[in-house]
Formats: sequence, C-alpha cells, structure tokens
Amino acid sequence: MTAMTTLHSSGELPLKTERDIVLGRQTVRRLSQEQGFSLVDQTKIVTAASELARNALIYGGGGVLIWEVLLDGIKRGLRLTFKDEGPGIPNLELALTDGWTSGHGLGLGLSGARRLVNEFELDSAVGQGTRVTVTRWK
Amino acid sequence: MKNTTISDAFGKRRADIQAIWTKQLTSAAGSAKGRLSSTELEQQARQFLELFHPAVQSNQLDDINGSEWLEVRAFLEDLSRRRVLAGFSSDETALFIFSLKRVLFDILKDESAGDAMQMADHFWQMNVLLDKLGLHTVKSYQRTREEVINRQQHELLELSTPVVKLWDGILALPMIGTLDSARTQVVMESLLQKIVETESQIAIIDITGVPTVDTLVAQHLIKTVTALRLMGADCIISGVRPQIAQTIVHLGVDLHGVTTKANLADALALALKRSGIAFTKK
Ligand SMILES: Nc1ncnc2c1ncn2[C@@H]1O[C@H](COP(=O)(O)OP(=O)(O)OP(=O)(O)O)[C@@H](O)[C@H]1O
Ligand SMILES: [Mg+2]
Repeated sequence: MTAMTTLHSSGELPLKTERDIVLGRQTVRRLSQEQGFSLVDQTKIVTAASELARNALIYGGGGVLIWEVLLDGIKRGLRLTFKDEGPGIPNLELALTDGWTSGHGLGLGLSGARRLVNEFELDSAVGQGTRVTVTRWK
Repeated sequence: MKNTTISDAFGKRRADIQAIWTKQLTSAAGSAKGRLSSTELEQQARQFLELFHPAVQSNQLDDINGSEWLEVRAFLEDLSRRRVLAGFSSDETALFIFSLKRVLFDILKDESAGDAMQMADHFWQMNVLLDKLGLHTVKSYQRTREEVINRQQHELLELSTPVVKLWDGILALPMIGTLDSARTQVVMESLLQKIVETESQIAIIDITGVPTVDTLVAQHLIKTVTALRLMGADCIISGVRPQIAQTIVHLGVDLHGVTTKANLADALALALKRSGIAFTKK
C-alpha cells in the first residue's frame, strides 16, 4: 500500500464448502459492481477469486476470504486475501507454472489468477499454510 | 423391599409407565402441531415399551450397541424415518425418548423406598441409557434427512438441465447457474444419451446462463466436448460473451479448437450451415 492508500471497508467470509465458493464469488461480484468496475474487470476479479477460493478449499482444506475496498486518490481498488492453514506449497515456481497440477486440474488457476489482477502476492510455508493476496484497481 | 433393580421396578410398574408416558406424549404432540393422532402415539409408546422391557431385563444398560438392544434400535430408526417424512423436526423426534425420562425417574423414585444411594444410582444409569437412545434417534433422523435432501438435489439437477432439439440433427443444451462437478456429470450424461437417441450430429452448449467460467468449468466443457467428438458429434459453445472470452484467454485455457459463438442464434446459424441447410428470404 502506498502512503496515499486508505481502507474504505472490509470483511471476511469462510471458505469451507463448495457453497462458500459460490457465495464468495457473489460477494466479490457485488463489491466490484459497487466500485464501478467495468464488466470485464468484474469478470476478471470474480474469476480470479473463484480459482483462489477453490484452491484454498481443495488443497488448503478450507480457509477464509478477506476482502478490502481501497481508496487511493481517485483510484478505487478491491483487494482479496485467501488464507488457509493447509499443507502449503513446496515449490512456488512449479505451482505457478502454466499447466502444472498436483491433482486433476488444468493447472491454470494460480497462474491464470495472476494474469487477471494488477497485484499478486503468494506466501506459503510447508506445513503452515498458504496466503494469496490479489488486488484489482479500477 | 431393599435392593430393587431397575428391571424389577420397570416390570412392576409397566402399566403405569405406559399410561403416564402416553399422556405426556399426546400433550407434547399437541404442541407439535398434532401431526400424529393420540391413537398412533399410544401405539408407538406401547410398541416401544414392549421392546424396551426385555432389553432392560437383560441388564445390559450401559451399551446399547449389543444384540439385546437390536430391536429397540431398529424401532427408533423406523420411528425417525417416519417422522422425517412427516415433517417433524429433530427436536420433536428426540422428544419421544426424552419425555420418557421424567416418567421413569418418578417411578424409580417411588420404587427406591427412600434409599437415596440406590435412587441416585438408578437415575444415573437410566439417564445415560436414555441419552444414548435419544442420540441414536437423532442420528437416524439426520441420516434419513440427508438421504431425502440428496435425492431432492439429484432431482433438481436433472430438472435444470434440459436438452432441446433445435433442428433435425441439432441439439442444444442451455446451461444455467453454477457448474459444479455433480451437475456437469448429469448434464454430460443426458446430452450424450440424447445424441444417441436422436442421432444428432451437432450439439450446441449454451453458457449464457453461466456467470463465471473458471478453470473448473472450462475443464468440464473440454471433457464434454471430447466425449461428444468420440461419439462422432460436433460441438459449438455459445453464450461466450466478450468478457468471458477475455477471461478465458487470460486464464490460458485452450478450448481444443472448439468453435465458440457469442450467442445461440449465431451458433444455430453455423450449425445449420454445417448441416447443409440454407434459408432464403422470400
Ligand atoms: N492453497 C493451496 N495450498 C496448497 N497447495 C496449493 C494451494 N493452491 C495451489 N496449490 C498447488 O498448486 C498447484 C497449482 O494450482 P493451480 O490452481 O494453478 O492448478 P490446479 O488447482 O491444480 O488446477 P486448476 O487449473 O483447476 O486450478 C495445485 O495443483 C496444488 O498442488
Ligand atoms: Mg486451482
């Protein structure tokens, strides 16, 4: 966050079930609409949220989604943090490689989400959990 | 009369127990919106006590998982099932057993002849026993309830995925809502089945009603398209709005050469063309 950036509002949602992912997507869509995001930008952040929420559920064994509406001068942004206390990611570079999956996915969720947002941060510690923070500015 | 056992007390006062308990049940049923008649309740109480009595006589009061309690357990499972189907809540269902506590405690008190130690001991044993039976009832209730919900969800899945015939040889599958794995499975099966039944060559999967196309949805679509191709059918995905198209590209998803169209009308026009059908304006 730059010195100019202020927090406008924030909230937290559980990510424990498939249903929570649907609710998470709906919340992110509503928030991005409220911020006046274009349809393309709404779709991008909602899709990124869907990927990261599902990863937190499937690989992280469940977690939380923290959302923050940011103001930076005339810019408005939406920051989403996905946190779990699962097994963590042993090799971040590999996990961010297009097409690499440890399961049965397409292996595009993490790398794809990174391309759908303006800022992307991935922290993970083996045995402790994973935290992904993404921000999309209007 | 020293050292009466629970079993003795029960045997001696069986008629009283049944009468008082039935009265309690029927008054409680009044608050449970009277979905069971007092005759039914009276009958259930009698049947239960008929099975409960020999089980108590077996003196196996601390473990209801044994064969002595088999029939009691089966009775409670059946009762729970009926109550789920009749729309009772789990509280109302468990009350059947829990209302017996008060009745039995009063009887045990009467029969303890002032022996406080014995009374406390009997209370405790009966309390633990009825809690276990109550829990068993609630568990059975929940199991049946889950079964009912699963079945309803399955019915819903099938309802929400109609396969429509647009033209000879052309089927359309309008998908609406969230494409989770269970739903996609049903969708795919019904589409493949219809392809065979109608001998169609082209399927249009319309995703106008799918709000988010992420990697999971994309993977489901790719699998469906692959299966269709294996059956010799061709596939067009319609309803790919500009924002969805952009997002798919950013995700890096390769739709394996599937033709996509922005709307169903365009997809149908293409399908007709591929089938060699042409229209002219009069
Ligand atoms: N929160 C997490 N905790 C532990 N491991 C994770 C987490 N998120 C991702 N991973 C690991 O990173 C890999 C790549 O994730 P990514 O989302 O890119 O692909 P995927 O989930 O396997 O497939 P999909 O394309 O369907 O998302 C996963 O297979 C998993 O091994
Ligand atoms: Mg993923």
